[in-house]
Amino acid sequence: MSNKTSVHQPIPDNIIYRAQNIVKRYPGTIALKGVDFKIYPGKVNVLVGENGAGKSTLMKIMAGIEFLSEGQLFWKGKEIKIDTTEQAESLGIRIIHQELNLCPNLTVADNIFLNCELTDKYGNIDVKRQEREAAALLRRLEQDINPKELVSNLKVGQQQIVEIAKSLRNEMEVLIMDEPTSALSNSEVRVLFNIINDLKSQGVAVIYISHKLEELIEIGDNITVLRDGELVTVKEMEDVTLQWIVRSMAGKDWGDVFPKREQPDSDEIILSVNNLSCRFGTEQEDLKNISFDLKKGEILGIYGLLGAGRSEVLEAIMGLNLDYEGEIKINGKLLKTQDIEERIREGVVLVPEDRQREGLVPVLSVGHNMTMAGLWRIIKYGFHIDKALEGSSINRMFEKMSVKAPSPRVPVSSLSGGNQQKVVIGKCLLTEPKVLLMDEPTRGIDVGAKGEVFMLMDELAKEGLGVLFVSSEIKEIIGVCDRVIVLSKGKKTKELSKEDITEENLVDASAIGHRTTKVG
Amino acid sequence: MQNKKNVNLSLWIMKMRTVIALVIITVIITVLLEVTRNINFLNPLNLVTVGKHVAITAILALGMTFVILTGGIDLSIGGIVGLCGMIAGGLIYEGLAIPGGDIMFLNIWSIIIAVLIIGTFIGYLNGVLITKLNVAPFIGTLGMMYIARGLANLRSGGATFPNLQGKEELGNTGFTFLGAGHIIGIPVSIWIMIVLAIIAVYVAKKTPLGRHIYAIGGNAKAAKLSGVQVKKVTLWVYMFSGFCAGLVGLIISSQLVASHPATGESYEMNAIAAAVLGGTSLSGGVGTIGGTVIGAFVIGILNDGLVMLGVSEFWQNVIKGIVIIAAVVFDQIQKRMNAKASVAK
Repeated sequence: MSNKTSVHQPIPDNIIYRAQNIVKRYPGTIALKGVDFKIYPGKVNVLVGENGAGKSTLMKIMAGIEFLSEGQLFWKGKEIKIDTTEQAESLGIRIIHQELNLCPNLTVADNIFLNCELTDKYGNIDVKRQEREAAALLRRLEQDINPKELVSNLKVGQQQIVEIAKSLRNEMEVLIMDEPTSALSNSEVRVLFNIINDLKSQGVAVIYISHKLEELIEIGDNITVLRDGELVTVKEMEDVTLQWIVRSMAGKDWGDVFPKREQPDSDEIILSVNNLSCRFGTEQEDLKNISFDLKKGEILGIYGLLGAGRSEVLEAIMGLNLDYEGEIKINGKLLKTQDIEERIREGVVLVPEDRQREGLVPVLSVGHNMTMAGLWRIIKYGFHIDKALEGSSINRMFEKMSVKAPSPRVPVSSLSGGNQQKVVIGKCLLTEPKVLLMDEPTRGIDVGAKGEVFMLMDELAKEGLGVLFVSSEIKEIIGVCDRVIVLSKGKKTKELSKEDITEENLVDASAIGHRTTKVG
Repeated sequence: MQNKKNVNLSLWIMKMRTVIALVIITVIITVLLEVTRNINFLNPLNLVTVGKHVAITAILALGMTFVILTGGIDLSIGGIVGLCGMIAGGLIYEGLAIPGGDIMFLNIWSIIIAVLIIGTFIGYLNGVLITKLNVAPFIGTLGMMYIARGLANLRSGGATFPNLQGKEELGNTGFTFLGAGHIIGIPVSIWIMIVLAIIAVYVAKKTPLGRHIYAIGGNAKAAKLSGVQVKKVTLWVYMFSGFCAGLVGLIISSQLVASHPATGESYEMNAIAAAVLGGTSLSGGVGTIGGTVIGAFVIGILNDGLVMLGVSEFWQNVIKGIVIIAAVVFDQIQKRMNAKASVAK
């Protein structure tokens, strides 16, 4: 906080880099709908928004990685066109990506000087000099990393540091950091912040993207909020509170998004999990003795922080991981060695967390994606797909889910995120399940589509399905669940019935077993 | 309005490009042969000969298409063709040595079934390498290619098994029917291609197996979570590819009435070329059986036409290479046009 020089002053008008009215279209979706973004030198310009709000896309356009569909870019007041990363680099724009962009098979020094190798007079790479200068850069970052080490031998946090060192290798004017601290420990974050302050005092404009909101408030000078590809607001950081950021990112008043749930009246248990334990590798917490029941017509939430074991519970129920101890019963029938196909036939099906990687086959049509898991329900003689039956199933689900697409025959990849998610849910429903497992079903879809998903969950529960709903969004859990179990570090720490589901109770129970750490 | 019509027309042309290429190549070759050598390329006798060559490529390409649709590749089929031909040849020419020093001559049907089982089994081994031991398809089937070719040579020490017409007194005649026989005036090998292609189209379009093959190639993880038996389906496609290769080994040995261990060299490349020409994407999930059959016709007609025109073997290769690369380039152009068309919406 001490570095702030512009307290109570309006943002000065010396903009180094400005994006104006940027539109970016992808097949089927519009990622950016006319966004303005101003970057000030010597400041940390913070950019926030939920997943899918368009932050990374905007940064890729400004760094020459993606090309804009409409709009203009101004560099120091003059309009420019950037087609390549080289052009951006020659202007002095550097980007540190969310995903690491290092070659693990090369050394730290090789990586730092990739594509601007230091050479001797014959044009050969001057390995000694590269290693010396790499060491100097790493010293500046207060890191004890050997420049001769292979990147694959470094820890993720160290790799992040190398990525940062790479961006520091020559002069720059704008540095874009997309989630730079996601893999860093607290002490490494402190070092990074020192460097950022250092760069600021040299007049470098830093663009900072992060989901860790406390960090943003600490390091940022001004904040720009994006929501669903649109600019929401720009503000000086002094006036900003954590609550304000959360509210601006989420936008719409959440009250109308959620359905009015009536307490389900059935006591019939359709899924019971008893003493579920599961061992994983070193990084992940093991699941330990988790037990719960899911009743007919009930929406049961599973809440917990990242890494609490939420998805792992669903994976065990689904049979994705058969290496578990304990009992999982569907309608009283014990599932043991059954694989995914057999479990789907028993009536349990998963809406996976990662729609793109686990939910959809992009090259297939909307319709064929929908019938993929339930093909066995529409075949004759054991091998022949009944065309009429498939067509009517697809049409029924296409309408029930109100998928916005010209027809079920278009490729699923041409749909927007929310509609793709409806296809995934439709696919699951065509298996006619008894239990629907939903892992973060609203991730990366817009608020309107979220509301539709919640309505649908309510409707399905009323039809007698049991819904097991995993979410990391407290509001969603509070909004739709009839009952919640809270996990922390692989253990069930609390079970909350409807009247006890409050933000406080959820947060407290999810923190059990954690050392309370706070940045700064 | 006019503009939109043009877009639709060019999209249609791109979609039908393999058929259009087939027609253009046939027309060019027919005209050139007529003008320069006064030969009628389209006379029925010649078409039957071309058809027999196309059948070889097409049968292999059917198996290859399923493999490629799952995102894999099968480089071993040329080797399997050689090995299966040698096994059949050996069983007819030398018979089967049984314990006790006797030699048994099997009848032709048992030989055909045994050889098809062996071809399928080698495909099964490919599948096990890929699904159970996580070997990359390219490497696993490359290794299998060398093994099969080596075994084919070992079977005879590199020599040819001649005189496969069999002997009446040994009860093993009839093998030539596969290569030289006709049913309603059409060679047996062409019938086999037709029947196999119909089955393949049916499997691809109308069965859960076919749908699962596309799903695995498009996104194996999503397919698995939807209950698709990814490993079983993958095993099946390599077994089918091995079966097709075994079949081709039999057909060629029968056509030549002899089997030679070098038979089938580089046939896998023709099969891949046919599939790719027909619009199959090497990254999996995209392609049709019909396209592959047309692709096999393009390769076959190009081969025979160039030979008849007296084009040197070296230039034949250059021309084939250009056609294959052009096909893939057009594929990329079509993708870009589709993407643009959907953005415009």
